[in-house]
Amino acid sequence: MRVMVFVKATEDSEEGIKPTAETAEMFVAMGKFNEELVKAGIMLAGDGLKPSSQGKRVAFDGPSRTVIDGPFAETRELVAGYWLWEVKDMAEAVEWVKRCPNPMLGPSEIEIRPLYEMADLAEAMPPEATEIHDRVRGQTKGK
Amino acid sequence: MAATEAHQAIEAVFRIEQAKLIAGLARMVRDVGLAEELAQDALVTALAEWPKTGVPDKPGAWLMATAKRRAIDIFRRFKMVERKHAEIGRELDETAGSDLEVIEAALDDDVGDELLSLIFTACHPVLPPEARAALTLRLIGGLTTDEIARAFLAAEPSIAQRIVRAKKTLGEAGLAYEVPRGKERDARLPSVLGVIYLIFNEGYAATAGEDLVRPALCMEAQRLGRILTGLMPDEPEVFGLLALMEIQASRLAARTGPDGAFVPITEQNRARWDQLLIRRGLAALTRAEALGGADGPYVLQAALAACHARARKAEDTDWKKIVSLYDTLRTVMPSPVVDLNRAIANSMAFGPEAGLTELGAIEQVAALQDYAPLPAAKGDFLFRAGRFADAKAQFERAAALTRNEREKAFLLGRAGACGG
Repeated sequence: MRVMVFVKATEDSEEGIKPTAETAEMFVAMGKFNEELVKAGIMLAGDGLKPSSQGKRVAFDGPSRTVIDGPFAETRELVAGYWLWEVKDMAEAVEWVKRCPNPMLGPSEIEIRPLYEMADLAEAMPPEATEIHDRVRGQTKGK
Repeated sequence: MAATEAHQAIEAVFRIEQAKLIAGLARMVRDVGLAEELAQDALVTALAEWPKTGVPDKPGAWLMATAKRRAIDIFRRFKMVERKHAEIGRELDETAGSDLEVIEAALDDDVGDELLSLIFTACHPVLPPEARAALTLRLIGGLTTDEIARAFLAAEPSIAQRIVRAKKTLGEAGLAYEVPRGKERDARLPSVLGVIYLIFNEGYAATAGEDLVRPALCMEAQRLGRILTGLMPDEPEVFGLLALMEIQASRLAARTGPDGAFVPITEQNRARWDQLLIRRGLAALTRAEALGGADGPYVLQAALAACHARARKAEDTDWKKIVSLYDTLRTVMPSPVVDLNRAIANSMAFGPEAGLTELGAIEQVAALQDYAPLPAAKGDFLFRAGRFADAKAQFERAAALTRNEREKAFLLGRAGACGG
């Protein structure tokens, strides 16, 4: 199964990367951990995100679309980085996350969310919806 | 923590550590079978202790220390008189007392080498190919014999026996448990890649039974391929194999229709192709080519798969490039199946008559007499040439030859579409 692993933001991460000794140390530790993930064959993708001050939100309400500039409140609910892993089950994902070095200087959280698989969607979506969904995802539709 | 939850956590730890554990132990005791038993014993001990004490900080080192202590017990109990065993016993004694930090550091140092040596051992040419696949899934993939049996649609006892026999063969062969170097490595690498691709194909092409694909096997093979690229970062064919698997796996969801029916590549809904896997596959292919491996058999097959992956619509497929890639592949890996695939590409590039002309010689090959894809291709060429009655007979013949139920239904459907 695939899981998305979110590193949640903190007040520190929202201020951007600072060139301190602690940050450098953290990068080295995180680099080693990433290497472990690659060696184990579970890492599909992963990246760090810039602070929300450089992000935008688009609010939806019926026909209206409102663009909101960052930074956003509820800092601890924001995402500062992510991985996409392929693991056997949630227990394996949890075990890997436990091995992650502290992703932030202070207390922080990492959240694991399983991705919907084709089989989950097949039950919930009527065929027409699946077709539209595919068209949206892939820009061009095959025959 | 609930008992089942604790067990799940321990099993997850074990899944992560198992291959490294067996690899390290095999190097020490020079016996894969014994190494696996020692690892299993350590798991049993963990299952008894960790729910009370909690999972230790360095679970890998803990399991290794436990397994080593057990190894020493065994060697002592049997009062091994042989020099080899006495030596091993002493080596074990010297390290067993050290703390977990030391063991962990040692694990980290050698783990790549040991794991690679375990992979080469499991894929050793002294074993029959199916035994190599089962043993690789067991020792490196960490699958249970039951899981392997289900994956290969075999009975559990026969898989268990196959593994036991394989371990015995390896034990009797008196292997060194070292990673082969230089020419020997070049000679044995194809066997390793072949085993992984066999596992992938067993999942992807499911030779028999109701399911067209068994994705779990594909995923396991991809994981093994990714691990191998980490262990052998300079081998172009390792990246070629990974590229091939990632790109082929990107089509898993599109290969079967909502009713489970088989969908050929030209008719697949390309929006369902997994773009992440395609990107990963193309990156691995680029790496393989940069390492100077453009003419390797797996790299060429990956390049072929990439031709399809790059085409947004079936009509955009560069069939002429595919034909020329098959020409190169024919020189490095001569095979009537490659010839057949070239004929198919040729028919797509230059029309069905071109394909039919090329089939003439291929049909004479004895090895392809009962090969379902041959009449299936011929049926397709004839159909596109407007010779429906001849096409129908070919599709029916192909349907009678295939062992896969989904494929059979697809071919009978095409026969039906020929009218008459």
